[in-house]
Amino acid sequence: MSVVSTPTRIGRLDLIGRQLDYWVTVYKRTWRGSVVSSFVLPFLYVVAMGVLLGGFVEQPPERLEGAATYLAFVAPGLVAAHAMQTATGEVMWPVMGMIKWSRTYFGMIATPLRPSDIVAAQLLFTAFRVATACGVFLLILAPFGVFESWTGLFLAWLVQILLGLAFATVFFGISASMRNETGYSVLYRLVVIPLFLFSGAFFPIANLSPVLEWLARLTPLWHGVDLTRTLLLDRVDGPMALVHLTYLVSMTVVGWWFAASRLTKRLAH
Amino acid sequence: MVLARGLRKRYGDVEAVRGIDVSVRAGEAFGFLGPNGAGKSSTMRMIAAVSPPSGGELRILGMDPATQGPEIRSRIGVCPQEDTLDNELNVRDNLVVYGRYFGIPRREVAERADELLSFVHLGDKAKSKVEDLSGGMKRRLTIARSLVNRPDLLLLDEPTTGLDPQARHLLWDRLFRLKQQGVTLVLTTHYMDEAEQLCDRLVVMDGGRIVAEGAPLDLIRTHSTREVAELRFGVGEHEALAARVEDLAERVEVLPDRLLLYTDDGETAMARVHERGLNPRAFLVRRSTLEDVFLRLTGRTLVE
Repeated sequence: MSVVSTPTRIGRLDLIGRQLDYWVTVYKRTWRGSVVSSFVLPFLYVVAMGVLLGGFVEQPPERLEGAATYLAFVAPGLVAAHAMQTATGEVMWPVMGMIKWSRTYFGMIATPLRPSDIVAAQLLFTAFRVATACGVFLLILAPFGVFESWTGLFLAWLVQILLGLAFATVFFGISASMRNETGYSVLYRLVVIPLFLFSGAFFPIANLSPVLEWLARLTPLWHGVDLTRTLLLDRVDGPMALVHLTYLVSMTVVGWWFAASRLTKRLAH
Repeated sequence: MVLARGLRKRYGDVEAVRGIDVSVRAGEAFGFLGPNGAGKSSTMRMIAAVSPPSGGELRILGMDPATQGPEIRSRIGVCPQEDTLDNELNVRDNLVVYGRYFGIPRREVAERADELLSFVHLGDKAKSKVEDLSGGMKRRLTIARSLVNRPDLLLLDEPTTGLDPQARHLLWDRLFRLKQQGVTLVLTTHYMDEAEQLCDRLVVMDGGRIVAEGAPLDLIRTHSTREVAELRFGVGEHEALAARVEDLAERVEVLPDRLLLYTDDGETAMARVHERGLNPRAFLVRRSTLEDVFLRLTGRTLVE
């Protein structure tokens, strides 16, 4: 028998698409569990922080970045923070699990899939998770009358997907590099939580000291929060929006490359 | 099917594979025999086109793994040493989801999954959780999974390690059938009986190098005698007694728990031992195996 080589190239999109069935099964078994963290908790946040705590905050709109009420100010911030938390959650423990515990990736790379195809499919799944979680969140908020237009709402929803990907790509790369899960508590306490608290989601960053304010302006979450808020309050500033988009797109592109190269290195031992 | 010349694999300062030449022909069962750490698994990962070689030349199915990884992997099946089954999915879905990675249409992969489950005797476990399967069943499921793309080349890394004898024999039987169907098998093992049972040809690896190559029986003929007499004395006595039986065999090996007398006529050698007034606690005469070949070539036993 002679070995006939038929090197018909398999395209990248094909290889990514072949993972659809896997992610559908993952979603089928996890979506119920994610209802609480994706939909119920954010709603509780809105009620507690926006409505109840916000009732004590009486500030003119110019001190709330143009929002008529504290609820209208904090709602976009909560949505953006939710995008970050949903996205990072999808690529922290799950990625480490697929490397170390279930070793699912090692089964996958024995097939035509390459590490970069695996990264692409998992990031797309993460984007889907962010899209559904933040989409529902935005729809829940709509009846509170805090959004100015449906166009702004739709664009803000797209921004959440981009913001989620910006975080997911970088965190995927970090996860693929980590030897054990103890790094996650450091990452969570020193990066995710401080970003959540100080990136302008809960108060205007102008309230910070000048140095800290500039530090906040450098964080990805602030760019996401500001873009989301200006879209939902219909106060978009063109050049600034462009800066936000450039920042988040660049982070996604570099992060994607970082994630793919780290996973490639990790799996090709 | 596989052609390697001067193949090397280095991890940092450690060179796991130190320049090996291997050629696997279509339809044969080819084995890598050696102890743990000999470089077998590293070689297998390179042949599976998941681990890039550090040096040398490698062609799999006529293709270059560096540039045609996905195309090569489309046509090979891999049964890894550690199971990578998805515990969250049921038995059948493990095959279906995996088959989709090869681009097999859903309807076809469903048919193949049912066929393969009956091939590995897991038809009645289709809806079971993977967690609930025994070790032997998981192995069989892993084998079934590695066949879902109908591979031309099947790679098996330590396929029966950790299995009980009954489970091993069932697996061997399945592998024989695959070979009859024309699938080329490449396997690693540190069990000499497995290598003898399954392999048409094998290489003996030690310390990242190939120390012998050939058909199992040829290797035994070349590197060992027809028979071996094994003598067990008290612990610690073997060294001293070796000198007293040295002239009865072509070669004597001293192991911590026994003496091995290599000779073409074991019974006669045994009778002579008794004539000399030596009474081993236990003795047996057996034919030489690959274990003896390995001992001869490396001075060490395979399973330590």
